[in-house]
Amino acid sequence: MTDTLAPRDARDVEEAVRWALQAGKTLEIVGRGSKRAIGRPAQTDATLSLAALSGVTLYEPKELVLSARAATPIAEVEKLVEASGQALAFEPMDFCALLGGMPGAGTLGGVIATNLSGPRRIKAGAARDHVLGFSAVSGRAETFKSGGRVVKNVTGYDLSKLMTGSWGTLAAMTDVTIKTLPRAETEATVLLLGLSPEKAVAAMAAAMGSPFEVSGAAHLPAAVVAATGLAALPAGQAATVLRLEGVAPSVAHRRGGLAALLASFASPGDLDATASRNLWRAIRDVTPFAVSVDQQADRPVWRISTVPSRGAELAGLIAAAADAAFLFDWAGGLVWASLAPSADAGAAAVRAATARCGGHATLIRASAAVRAAVDVFEPQRGPLAALTRRVKESFDPKGVLGPGRMWAGV
Amino acid sequence: MSVPMPPCDQAVVARRDEIVAALRRIVPGEGVISTTREMRPYESDGLTAYRQLPLVVVLPSTTEQVSQVLRYCFENDVKVVPRGAGTSLSGGALPLGDGVLLGMGKFSKVRSIDFADRLAVVEPGVTNLAVTKAVEHAGFYYAPDPSSQIACTIGGNIAENSGGVHSLKYGLTTNNVLGCEMVLITGEVIRLGGGHLDAGGYDLLGVVTGSEGLLGVITEVTVRILQKPETARAMLVGFGSNEAAGECVGRIIGAGIIPGGMELMDRLATEAVEQFVHAGYPLDVESILIVELDGPRVECDHLIETVSAIARDCGAQTLRVSTSEEERLLFWAGRKAAFGAVGRISPDYYCMDGTIPRAQLPYVLQRTRELSAKYGLRCANVFHAGDGNLHPLILYDANKPDELARAEAFGADILCLCVEVGGVLTGEHGVGVEKRDLMPRMFSEIDLNQQQRLKCAFDHKGLLNPGKVFPVLHACAELGRMHVSAGKLPFPDIPRF
Repeated sequence: MTDTLAPRDARDVEEAVRWALQAGKTLEIVGRGSKRAIGRPAQTDATLSLAALSGVTLYEPKELVLSARAATPIAEVEKLVEASGQALAFEPMDFCALLGGMPGAGTLGGVIATNLSGPRRIKAGAARDHVLGFSAVSGRAETFKSGGRVVKNVTGYDLSKLMTGSWGTLAAMTDVTIKTLPRAETEATVLLLGLSPEKAVAAMAAAMGSPFEVSGAAHLPAAVVAATGLAALPAGQAATVLRLEGVAPSVAHRRGGLAALLASFASPGDLDATASRNLWRAIRDVTPFAVSVDQQADRPVWRISTVPSRGAELAGLIAAAADAAFLFDWAGGLVWASLAPSADAGAAAVRAATARCGGHATLIRASAAVRAAVDVFEPQRGPLAALTRRVKESFDPKGVLGPGRMWAGV
Repeated sequence: MSVPMPPCDQAVVARRDEIVAALRRIVPGEGVISTTREMRPYESDGLTAYRQLPLVVVLPSTTEQVSQVLRYCFENDVKVVPRGAGTSLSGGALPLGDGVLLGMGKFSKVRSIDFADRLAVVEPGVTNLAVTKAVEHAGFYYAPDPSSQIACTIGGNIAENSGGVHSLKYGLTTNNVLGCEMVLITGEVIRLGGGHLDAGGYDLLGVVTGSEGLLGVITEVTVRILQKPETARAMLVGFGSNEAAGECVGRIIGAGIIPGGMELMDRLATEAVEQFVHAGYPLDVESILIVELDGPRVECDHLIETVSAIARDCGAQTLRVSTSEEERLLFWAGRKAAFGAVGRISPDYYCMDGTIPRAQLPYVLQRTRELSAKYGLRCANVFHAGDGNLHPLILYDANKPDELARAEAFGADILCLCVEVGGVLTGEHGVGVEKRDLMPRMFSEIDLNQQQRLKCAFDHKGLLNPGKVFPVLHACAELGRMHVSAGKLPFPDIPRF
């Protein structure tokens, strides 16, 4: 069994990394473990559990700022800001549907380490756009900080961006500061039925190019609609959905404008605020591809970010090579693909499609054996791969922190 | 100038003819400038108190040329200072006497526009405003709008992570850039991001943005473009005290409203502006607040009601809402001319750029007044109130002995004050040369060394823009060293299971 170190505070984290350095050991950094099954399987000697580093240390709604220890449960953070009428605008997804586990199990640090963003990413930005600063322990066992608690800050390199989405391979974050934003007063969703993915992408591009401030644009093919189990979506038809959020009179006005704009694609219907909220939560968490007791749980799931206008084409390329189901978010720019099980989880087809259409793919769900055998993150080559390696070494020269989690040998 | 640059390497200067000849082989014709007279326009940027002629100026026009120039400099240990339009207010493009000045002005084409994906691919020498000009016929615009937007380039905007008056709602450059092509000092060309969102690996684009030309040279940029809001309306509110104005700003945000812009000016700035622009600003108040709301008309109307009520509750002495586009632009004309207007009431001014937690505004303005008295120099305050970004303008006369030195000392005190109250040294102008030696006020030696190690990952010879951002330059070999004492199990108290 792997040794688990459970530091009580930031100083202990530094001690733990120092021990690993001295003893020549490697560490897997874990918050509450909700995303442990993503990435190449851990090949580390010990687990560094940050779970005890929990609690919000500063929240000033009028300043739009919140600081917390890294392993503060994301559910606790969301509940706190909701009570002040605010939200994490990047709408972090919850992996409980895709990977199993309890809802709300993730931590704030985990959300940042994986740069998790939901449907609102197309309007409000990603997690990386909302991290203002952090304190962390590097692979040199040194505590360092970057950024601050103010939104506008160009003092020194923006290491917050680099830390966001580094999957615990550069440093162990102990404290983070993020931007909070007002929560929308209400929302509504405009619904177009029966579009093909190509038509849906065109409709979503028209919506995103309008002044109606669309905060979610997704397309669910008919089979995926059925898997949501949402009564608000008519069975047997593909659903293209566009979310509008804001103050009530504005949402009503934009709903009318958007429906008129999109009338040439299909006769627009709409969902009220409650139905809209349920729908976008299902899209955010990709519940149609949820683990279940039947064989579907074995299907690998890919998360592919591409150029929005090429989302349908990319899906078509994958579908030509493998039995696949898709959910399109981010106006076509985020393609969730659930593929028939195979030795490479469909990696060859997925990588070929992203090479053609642009973007990158991450294998989110697959057995440990498959994740050990294929690239989980988008493979890099040439000078970029060499630069990535040098960046890793600049924070973690001995490869103590999560070696091999993102790429073999990094 | 009080911040010393790294010593000029006379051995490199002695090789000048050879370096010029090599560069001419890479960039033929007028792309290499080597006479003192012709290099003179490049001797400083927007921080004009600092001047230095470069070793030579090179103006490449293709990525291949940039790559060859950098590879040559890398192989021959010659320093390189990248430059866009030279509008930096922090000396980011200040040349080095022993360094090549790499001007990116010839990269001035908009390469493609993709309205379906809401992006534009442009060369780095395209000006900020030209991006908007290229897409506005279809109702789109590029959101970051630094006040130098007529002249400053997108490449420079990436280097500095430029902001503008709308950044509270629409973000800084870093939030509006999707990808870039970049040449490393070795001459290797890499692509980061593109038409898709987020990085497939480490967010190198995020760290290159705002890196002040120390990590690489950008040769192409993909920016996000946005559809213009249906309408925008501005409010002009006068307050009897800075405290009341600050309170109003906090309450607007507390009410869940993120205005498109929210700007504050103190009495001295307002007076200077009104004499110059005649924007109709009230002169019998201590501070004025401009609040712009944008979006659908019905939303603007709704929010203006809410903001008006908040402003009245905070003791607003005057309150006007723009009733036409002309009036809205007039409200802004004053704010946008503020620096120039202050320049008219003083022979010189020194523009500072700290950011503070908004609640600290009254305290910081009070302390600034005290410092103003101490240094015997006037200070006008212009403030991006929404995001806490202060621009104190210190008035001085460079022709009077020691006034520049006093202005610089006053400015440094203001920035240290910003850090003291939980803010930062620079919100959008960059560290450059100007704030370089203040970095230890905000960062520990460990923090700064870690940043420099990242620099080493991109440029281990330290040839790109040395002397900027970091007060002490360490050799990468020295920074990389690590002393690990031999292993006992040292932390008996950390729980393990």
